[in-house]
Amino acid sequence: MRFRFTDVAIDTAAARRELLDSGAGGYVSFEGWVRDFNEGREVTRLEYEAFQPLALNEGERIVAAAAARYPLKHALCIHRVGSLDLTDLAVWVGVSAVHRGEAFDACRYIIDEVKHRVPIWKKEHYRDGLSGWVNCERCAATHD
Amino acid sequence: MNTRTTHAKPSAAAPSAPVPPLYALILAGGQSSRMQQDKAALLYQGKSQLDRVHELASRHVANVFVSVRADQVDDPARAAKSLIVDAVAGEGPIVGIRSALAAHTDVAWLVIACDLPFLSDTALEQLLAERDPEVLATTFASTHDGLPEPLCAIWEPAAGPALAAYHERGRQCPRKFLLTHPVRLLVPRDRRALDNVNTPDEYRDAEASLQSSPNSQRLCIQYFALLREQAGRSEEFVETHAATAAALYGELSARHHFTLAREQLKVAVNSEFAEWSRALRAGDTVVFIPPVAGG
Repeated sequence: MRFRFTDVAIDTAAARRELLDSGAGGYVSFEGWVRDFNEGREVTRLEYEAFQPLALNEGERIVAAAAARYPLKHALCIHRVGSLDLTDLAVWVGVSAVHRGEAFDACRYIIDEVKHRVPIWKKEHYRDGLSGWVNCERCAATHD
Repeated sequence: MNTRTTHAKPSAAAPSAPVPPLYALILAGGQSSRMQQDKAALLYQGKSQLDRVHELASRHVANVFVSVRADQVDDPARAAKSLIVDAVAGEGPIVGIRSALAAHTDVAWLVIACDLPFLSDTALEQLLAERDPEVLATTFASTHDGLPEPLCAIWEPAAGPALAAYHERGRQCPRKFLLTHPVRLLVPRDRRALDNVNTPDEYRDAEASLQSSPNSQRLCIQYFALLREQAGRSEEFVETHAATAAALYGELSARHHFTLAREQLKVAVNSEFAEWSRALRAGDTVVFIPPVAGG
């Protein structure tokens, strides 16, 4: 599986080892971290939730599309679910390739597509005690 | 906006009378002249419509009666059931409804015609849940013309004398009676439930439709994120006539007051993305997908 979920801290060292390849000349990884503000509000923690059967299929399709698009050796994406605190690692993407150029490009491609397509939702908890589902609450309000 | 009560209800402070008990009355005394055969005996999926609607009504109301003409009491299909025999002169459904209201003057009647093959648990649940005993009847507004449907309606005891007086003035039409008296009118949640069948062609089409998409199919709905919170559950099983994913979202959105418009969502059927026009089958698992926010 080249896309998976975990409800415990992502072991980046172990994940990186899965990408080792004697034919790879470069490795690029991306880490998405929990940040303390979003759209002008102070964030204290996040909750991630996924529709896993579809998310796993969609995530696999994204990594497979990256491998078809760029000459990669290996690629892997791991996403957290559950409650995360500030500075926690929410998502990890790693790519190994013959040359660094395609490793950078494929890593960027995977994280962009994952954020855009995979059924994962993020609830932000704010300093003022309120909370909201990212991309859902504000646009919903405009439809009232 | 889903209901309209034509007369003001008493204020909340007024003492309210106990709600009359509810019996069901299946109208099976019609002449079925356009059908050229007894509509109650028409078979759908191998079962007579009278038996189908009797089973359906029995799931919601303990006392179920069948309305018949005096010359039908020995008919084998009807004789085994509890009967209300026409007790007033005349023809048409008004006679059966009047006879039931006169037979038990302290009882409200869930009146159901025998020519509604798509009638569903969803429709009867709505009717019972939204019943207003302080008006003469609770009924659905037709999805075709907005008019009240008298033959899938709850008639309160107070309708008895008013309907008798109306009939004795020479009026026959229970729909026009409802139009001119205080009733509660509901927008049907199940839009297909009141499609009636009057001719052999309509019967053939209805039977084919029931074969290809069972009367009310049971679906599993899973909810995530904002929809899970607004629905107050992560999963539910629903009986629905919604033929497509789009219709299903409309139905559930009304029930759970979802704030997300369908245009903001995607839908998955059996764990794969699907078109909104996707035809749903019994047993499908449907997930509505709010705007995503991974990473």
